[in-house]
Amino acid sequence: MSEIQRRTIHFTLNGRAVSAEVASNDTLVEVLQRDFQLTGARESCGQGLCGCCTVLIDQIAVSGCLALAALVDGKEVITVEGLADHGSLHRIQESFIAKSGFQCGFCTPGFELMTKQLLERFPHPTDDEIRHYLSGNLCRCGTYSDIVEAVKYAAKEVTEVNA
Amino acid sequence: MPSHTKSDSKTKDQPLEKPCAEPEMHEVSRSVPRLESRSKVDGSAEYIYNLRIPGMLYGKIFRSSVPHGRIVRIDTSAALAFEGVEAVITGEDIRAMIPNPYYGPAFHDQPILALDKVRYVGEPVAVVLASDPQIAEEAADLIEVEYEDLEAVFNEVEAAKPGAPIIHDFLKPAGTFTDLKHLKGRSGTNIALDAKVCRGDVEKGFAESDQVFEHVFRTGKVTHVPMEPIVTLAEMTGPNRVTIHTTSQSPSFVRSEVSRVLGWPENRVRVRTALLGGGFGAKLYIKLEVLVAALALLVRRPVKIALTMEEQFYTITKHAATVRMKTGVKKDGTIVAREVETWWNGGAYADIGPRVTQKSGFTAAGPYDIENLKLDAYACYTNEPPAGALRGFGIPQVVWAYECQSDIIAHALGIDPLEFRRRNVLTEGRPHATGTPIYNARLTDVLDQVAEKMQWSRPFDHGSGTIRRGRGIGIGIKACISPTTSGAILNIYSDGSCGIYCSTVDMGQGSDTAMSQIAAEVLGLKTEDMFVVHPDTDVTPYDMATLGSRSTYHMGNAVLLAAKDARAQLLQFAATEMGVDAAELSCRDGAVVAPSGAELTFGDVMATHFKMQSGNIVGVGSFTPPFVMANHETGQSPDITPFWMPGGAGAEIEVDTQTGKIRVTKLVNSADVGRALNPAIVKGQLIGAAVMQLGFSLFEEMLFDGGQVVNASLADYKIPGILDMPDEITADLVEVPHERAPFGAKGVGESGTFGVSPAIANALFDAVGVRIMELPLTPEKVLRAIRKAENRPLENE
Repeated sequence: MSEIQRRTIHFTLNGRAVSAEVASNDTLVEVLQRDFQLTGARESCGQGLCGCCTVLIDQIAVSGCLALAALVDGKEVITVEGLADHGSLHRIQESFIAKSGFQCGFCTPGFELMTKQLLERFPHPTDDEIRHYLSGNLCRCGTYSDIVEAVKYAAKEVTEVNA
Repeated sequence: MPSHTKSDSKTKDQPLEKPCAEPEMHEVSRSVPRLESRSKVDGSAEYIYNLRIPGMLYGKIFRSSVPHGRIVRIDTSAALAFEGVEAVITGEDIRAMIPNPYYGPAFHDQPILALDKVRYVGEPVAVVLASDPQIAEEAADLIEVEYEDLEAVFNEVEAAKPGAPIIHDFLKPAGTFTDLKHLKGRSGTNIALDAKVCRGDVEKGFAESDQVFEHVFRTGKVTHVPMEPIVTLAEMTGPNRVTIHTTSQSPSFVRSEVSRVLGWPENRVRVRTALLGGGFGAKLYIKLEVLVAALALLVRRPVKIALTMEEQFYTITKHAATVRMKTGVKKDGTIVAREVETWWNGGAYADIGPRVTQKSGFTAAGPYDIENLKLDAYACYTNEPPAGALRGFGIPQVVWAYECQSDIIAHALGIDPLEFRRRNVLTEGRPHATGTPIYNARLTDVLDQVAEKMQWSRPFDHGSGTIRRGRGIGIGIKACISPTTSGAILNIYSDGSCGIYCSTVDMGQGSDTAMSQIAAEVLGLKTEDMFVVHPDTDVTPYDMATLGSRSTYHMGNAVLLAAKDARAQLLQFAATEMGVDAAELSCRDGAVVAPSGAELTFGDVMATHFKMQSGNIVGVGSFTPPFVMANHETGQSPDITPFWMPGGAGAEIEVDTQTGKIRVTKLVNSADVGRALNPAIVKGQLIGAAVMQLGFSLFEEMLFDGGQVVNASLADYKIPGILDMPDEITADLVEVPHERAPFGAKGVGESGTFGVSPAIANALFDAVGVRIMELPLTPEKVLRAIRKAENRPLENE
């Protein structure tokens, strides 16, 4: 095996300053699961194609199965566990429940984080914008039409809150 | 459009049954959000994938690189010497501990790790164990195996021919199924099961027909792709017990089979599951469980193996199938005779393939009323990855054949395809091919609902130029597997709250919620207040498995019985305290209510009966429906299934005649569900099934080169994404409560798959006049067919 180096990284995880000792080949998903017991980001395809491992690094959605943990040193990481505020669900989470935007739930955290990024950039997305934005997330249960409804419902609530 | 309810369902041929539910229902037919919703949106939902146990080792499987070969030598020395590796285990290491290390639900044909020979590319040969999964993976690459190549066979029809390379020396049927016993010890064949149905005189029928049609249809090999991979973690718990945490749809079977293979009593094996991140049939019977349990026993440490996405392609698939269908009809469209031969590509190990063969085999004539039938189905071993159950259990493969042919015949006779089906469809009370009367299966209503949603009677714009439009329909029927057993416990705790103990696995279909709705309805509680104890064979009663759309009916009945049992005990306690007859009491809003209006909460009843807040009321329920085994020679049975599942679909598509690409613009789905316990979840099941089948229809296909899967990743094997969704996708329900089902509710997990593929293929014919006989309908196939029809074929044709 090629030389594995270990180092300590410091980053912000869901608003809290944290540190972890990571190997140079550790992925972010592995570190989140192993060192922080955060199970919302999950590896499925292992190639950055399904979106189950989506996390936000400095507000940008990335595939946590391809992101090396060592590279989040000094950055801000938000996972699905960081969406709720003191136990009260984020409007996106509430919308996914209200519109049945999931079945098995394995892909759901990824969809929610992509939706967060979508609504920050397009507060009033069209159906096409929603579809294109979420086209990198896969749901084998086939709940896409409910997911689109959930996103629209979340967007409507944003608008109402802003108004 | 609102779904049909029992009040507006069309039942021309027979009056409505009396609704079997009580007049006012509060919990049934309510779209309760899934009980575990919050945990799924906040990331805390429990999956076995998440589980880590202190001191556990990760296993990495080394797999065969040849499709058929004798193992000459396995060299594990370099892997074993690799720093950080704890152990390297081969098939011989397993055999030293377990003398007969073969498993399987229908045949005991699959070695825990390859022994003597390998039978497909990707077969597990050895496992490297290490504390670090990356070390295990790197070390596994250092294993060297020398094979003596044997001739391989990949196609199911070729495999069934005399002279084909033989994959298993002897057939070894499991004792589980008595109707497979006649196959024991059979040698010199790759046909693991031949199943048949005969009715009337098919030759006479063809002779009396005005026209006879014969075609061969095929479906390619596809796979499940659950987003949560197949994962098993096993640990010794005490000196002589093993606990297996696994992503299984069939924990009870896993316990039985691990016990059998180890030669242990079942009470030394504990199997538990959590929520599943999708299953679709991939996580049934034995996948990793026997292997991981054996590893944990060998090294006396907890062991976890999680498959990669690539490895899932090597582990379980959906049968490719070849269907030869010969049909004789009268000029008026009446089907007089049908002969079907189906070859199922079961891959190297039978898994549950023989059951798929049999169950789909006997419905291969379709939902049609045909006097003369001869149906033969062959489960064939090939040198490809094993095939098992996948959402529909073989039904979509046969629907593909009979519904494409329905259209071909209708067009040839000049009859509208909808009308052709209406004329032949089975109605209530008429005998199915197996002789079992059709009962509580409203095929005509499903057909009508599809036609209505498609606005079939209206003119249709077929487009012009390079974009052509077409529409098509398809319907199918499935018989629920039988006989199977489910048990349940309803526990009323000392404060009056309740837990449901059942081994049905919630893999996204919403079974926790459905079972809670049933129990809550009986007990006068809110569904949201129920708790479901997840499958744990130390705790939850036996259940055959979560498969084949059986849980709502079977486990639903068991839960219903358990809740009624608990309620009866509770009312008896309350009657004593209240000084009234138990028959006069009822349950409402968490309290026992007397005719006088006096109330005692459940907690009060417990506290007064047990003299303090303590005790339990344990209600039990066990359900096994009646069943009559089919005659082996004729396939006839007066009671082949507890319930029938009719499902249909209609598709409108656009075809780009320059690229061959099909875009499905509208997909309507309909199924007879008995009663929807939870309409939102039921519709989600139908649409989800249709979306999955959409992938199998248009682009999903495992591609092979010399037995090696060449597209075993989501980069190369595309599953439907959000951009593949039709502009309009709908689910409508025919709801006529089934008399023997819990509150009338039948299973719904698969019905949405049946009609989709032929509906799209029939729409393709409607749009551009070409027929494609083999799924999937890729742009290349479509374009080649269009160009061939235009008499200017593409190259390499």
